[in-house]
Amino acid sequence: MIKRIKQMPLYVLAIVLLLFTGLPFFIMVNTSFKSQLNFMTSPWSLPESFSFSNYGLLLEIDFFRYFMNSLIVSVLSVIIVIVIGAMASYPLARLKFKLNTPLFLLFMVGMMIPIHTTLIPIYLLTINLGLYDTIWALIGPYVAFALPIAVVIFTQFMKEIPKELEESAKIDGCGHIRLFWNILFPLLTPAVATVAIYNFIHIWNEFIFALVLTNSSDVATLPLGLREFYGEFTINVPAIMAALTLGSLPLLLVYFVAQEKIVKGLAAGSVKG
Amino acid sequence: MGEASTQKHISIKVQTKAAKKRKEILAIIGFMTPALIIYGVYVIYSIFMTFYYSLFDWSGIDNNFVFQGLENYITLFQDEVFWESLGNNSLLVGASLLTQLPLGLIMALLLFSPIKGIRFFRSVFFMPFLMSTVAIGILFIFIYDGNFGLLNALLEMIGLESLQQAWIGKESTAIWAVIATVCWQFAPFYMILFRAAIVGIPEELYEAASIDGATAWHRFKNITLPLLMPIIVTSAILSIIGSLKYFDLIYVMTMGGPNNSTELMATYMYKQTFTNFNMGYGSSVSFSMFIIAFIITLFILIGERKRRGVE
Repeated sequence: MIKRIKQMPLYVLAIVLLLFTGLPFFIMVNTSFKSQLNFMTSPWSLPESFSFSNYGLLLEIDFFRYFMNSLIVSVLSVIIVIVIGAMASYPLARLKFKLNTPLFLLFMVGMMIPIHTTLIPIYLLTINLGLYDTIWALIGPYVAFALPIAVVIFTQFMKEIPKELEESAKIDGCGHIRLFWNILFPLLTPAVATVAIYNFIHIWNEFIFALVLTNSSDVATLPLGLREFYGEFTINVPAIMAALTLGSLPLLLVYFVAQEKIVKGLAAGSVKG
Repeated sequence: MGEASTQKHISIKVQTKAAKKRKEILAIIGFMTPALIIYGVYVIYSIFMTFYYSLFDWSGIDNNFVFQGLENYITLFQDEVFWESLGNNSLLVGASLLTQLPLGLIMALLLFSPIKGIRFFRSVFFMPFLMSTVAIGILFIFIYDGNFGLLNALLEMIGLESLQQAWIGKESTAIWAVIATVCWQFAPFYMILFRAAIVGIPEELYEAASIDGATAWHRFKNITLPLLMPIIVTSAILSIIGSLKYFDLIYVMTMGGPNNSTELMATYMYKQTFTNFNMGYGSSVSFSMFIIAFIITLFILIGERKRRGVE
């Protein structure tokens, strides 16, 4: 009993923080099930009757396409980052050459560069490449800005793989390409998970490149789609809340399924960066 | 006879060594080229081009390039809005350091306390970080709304009707409303970093301290905090750099208004470039952001090295 009383302040603090972080979510989801009239008359009550009509509205307006655009861009970018990032790390981690350290530092500096510094040239470049207003325009910058963290994590990880593995493979006549793909790359799995999770979350929610490099609504990613929807339905608050809920759902679902992995991946990614 | 065969042997060895070296150089080039091309074009080349464009008077939509040296930077130095946005960025840096990190630390410590339902608390604490910034921005526009916003409703509940207002519609409160939202979004992220670091602290240290009769506060001050120092420095760097380049939430919530009161360097750059079509001038704002972030990072890294040297 005394123990319980002693823990009271902890519970109070925990609940205050729970409200602080969770209340906006609760309001969002709660409002999304209300009718417009219900919201107008009592904005903060529970819904009079649960209605999914707001979600039905979303399906009418291409929400699925925004979702697919985001999915294609995010998945492709993450795959490319993993492949070319791991490849670049192989010489950096395992081979000795003069430019080894300078090249590694060059990638590392990339983590401190504000992306906005590159926005204007990338915008002009994208137009010149004929990629403006396509979802392919986004993959280049997303890959480029995810590379530094990928190269740093892969290089550090690969350095820790024992050299003996390679030696025996080399005696068997294994070339660099086979050595990398058949022996080293499969051993990178934990690092691949970290890089994939860290970059997927950032790319999935990325806004400014999508804003500048695309224009029409059929190539919009989810963040842009949400904004467009907000612009069109300003008065229909419940419908907007439904859009926000649905837009946040994919990452939240993934989070609840693979919580430990995501938390670890994020922590590892940031600390190494 | 014997001599000749040894010589032949050596020359074969030299040959294979040269071939090996050649293969290695090919491997280096082959493995690094894809990453170097993408990174080189989109990041390195772009930074130089930003500086190059900043030397011109150019709208970005016609071919009317007028070279004018550092003229854009001289204008920038006298541009009140730029200074205001730099001030807002500094405010954001300060507020982030003073609220996000302590809040993140408190939440992380709470996850190690003997309360029930830790998993539930942790899941909810972390949720804001997973939401897209655009969604957060729109959600908080409604929370701060002057007529039916959640914040005003809460104030009414606790009898503070006099404080009710349109939070992001007024110059005096807009910047704080936006900063509070940024903190809401990012505190959970630091919670995750601190939690990972606390897990790494050996249990024995605390046990030994408990035997010596140290109170919870002493254990925190003498064990947890010093051992968390490296991660606190890392978090501070992330928080500072993040605050200097912040864009998304402001763009969604206020567009820098009302009357530039929430303008940040990034939103100002965006406006100059893509709304006013001053691509040359926008580039000079953008390059200044780079220089500021670069100098601050350098200072932190040098300071950190010195601190390590002292210890």
